[in-house]
Amino acid sequence: MRAKYAIKQLSIFLENRKGRLKEVTQVLAEAKVNIRALALAESAEFGILRLVVDNPEKARSVLSASGFTVKEQDVFAVEVPDQPGGFYQVVKLLTEADINIDYTYAFVGGRDSAILIFKVPDELFEKALEAVAEGGVKLVEPIFFYGS
Amino acid sequence: MDWRKKDYLPREEIEALQLRRLRDTVERVYHLVPFYRKKFDELGLKPAHIKSLSDLKELPFTVKQDLRDHYPFGLFAVPLSQIVRIHSSSGTTGKPTVVGYTENDMRVWTEVMCRTYKMAEVGPGDVVHNAYGYGLFTGGLGFHYGAEAVGAAVVPSSVGFTKRQLMLLKDFGATILCCTPSYALHLAEVAQEEGFDPQKDFLLRAGFFGAEPASEGLRKAVAEAWGLKYFEAYGLSEIIGPGVAASCPEGELHIFEDHFLPEIIDPETGQPLPEGEEGELVFTTLTKQGLPLIRYRTKDIASLYKAPCKCGRTIIRMGRVVGRSDDMLIVSGVNVFPSQVEHVLTQVEGLTPNYVIVVDKRGVLDVLEVWVEVDERVFTGDIGALENLKRKLEEELANALFLRARVKLVEPKTLERSMGKAKRVVDRRELKDIS
Repeated sequence: MRAKYAIKQLSIFLENRKGRLKEVTQVLAEAKVNIRALALAESAEFGILRLVVDNPEKARSVLSASGFTVKEQDVFAVEVPDQPGGFYQVVKLLTEADINIDYTYAFVGGRDSAILIFKVPDELFEKALEAVAEGGVKLVEPIFFYGS
Repeated sequence: MDWRKKDYLPREEIEALQLRRLRDTVERVYHLVPFYRKKFDELGLKPAHIKSLSDLKELPFTVKQDLRDHYPFGLFAVPLSQIVRIHSSSGTTGKPTVVGYTENDMRVWTEVMCRTYKMAEVGPGDVVHNAYGYGLFTGGLGFHYGAEAVGAAVVPSSVGFTKRQLMLLKDFGATILCCTPSYALHLAEVAQEEGFDPQKDFLLRAGFFGAEPASEGLRKAVAEAWGLKYFEAYGLSEIIGPGVAASCPEGELHIFEDHFLPEIIDPETGQPLPEGEEGELVFTTLTKQGLPLIRYRTKDIASLYKAPCKCGRTIIRMGRVVGRSDDMLIVSGVNVFPSQVEHVLTQVEGLTPNYVIVVDKRGVLDVLEVWVEVDERVFTGDIGALENLKRKLEEELANALFLRARVKLVEPKTLERSMGKAKRVVDRRELKDIS
């Protein structure tokens, strides 16, 4: 299942320094990379920008060339009804399968659905996909993000 | 001889005493310390070859690494049964340097500390507040026993707990302050924050400051903040601890050369340099029994002057230490080598990331930062992993350096960008010096 549903997420290390976020997004804009989803994690001194983009290889190469530290990681996405309990349903399935969620972020997918992105420990990735699928939740294929 | 007279002997008398003691020391190390025996033999040198002070240049050098290589007691010239005190460096770049004192060495140490205190006429009635660290570091106990010996009341407050120190300074009516110059200034600032007037609310009249380099600006700031007379104390544990040299009321730094014979050499060639020229300061101990050292290279860059001082003392003077001949940093009185930092980074990460050591001042206190580049070898994409890395590095650095260092994780190329060129150490203290 992993091969089918793993989505390449890019994590970019950023110092908390004025203008740094602007510089990352500018590099991507100039390379015509479309950001499909994003989240920003922060500590007191630095941050990590997490991106799902339409063309991860290209994004990674232009960012590296511009001097950014980039790490690629697998995440997965599910589509749930955009209504109360949508998020709960997935978290419940993962918790019952004893899977720790490293982090998650979400966006509204269409008129009546929401897309949730999950990062789980790598060794539990397959197990998480199974738990979610068996629970009847719809997994989103990478083509949803990559296709433009 | 009364120690009070020793600083005023005619030079011929000083030099005759030095030669007698030098010959005796050379004789002793040749017979009692295998390390020196071997060195002498390699050079084809016998103790009898030393006939005048100018023969000093024939003797082999000793360096810090020699002490480490013979850890712990390999260079001692007496059996352990004659040692009454052992001090040690933090041992941050490998093995610590260990120094041992016989009973007589303790007497010599106390004597040179008495001569140090004498610079400010410290005696009965004075209250000496000693905020040098007590413990393996020689500063605390060196100043302690000297103060007792001149008949002053000594308050062994050691380091830390600044507000409590201020309370003691005030309530006990301290007249003499002993600590690092940066801590003296920090104390004054905290006193002001607490609503005191350091000049009016305290009785301090003089202070003995050392263990770290101090610029002219810092000396002046300390003296003015407290309204006291600034005396400098110079020393190093390998030679005895504090008490190698002290500044007189004229501000001239006098070496107690009847115990510690100084030379200035070219750090590159090892050749002795003429009086007044700047070079590496080298000491030969003349009376030490536990750990006699021949031509010990201090790595401190300074100069020597023999002309009598305005204060009347005839013992040789040294100029201020203007730098180091190696890359050692002195941060809050603690010696730090960049190689130690690199060692810790390599240990923790299993690789050597790009890093820069930044020494700065926050207020008057030194702060040590280690900037580590987060490149693709280090970065896992996890914020927790980075925070753990930072915490782990800070812990390990504190263990290795005996000093708190702040680790800052930075993007690749930041170092070059902000520092101009690839430098391992950036010392910003001088730029910001109080003037």
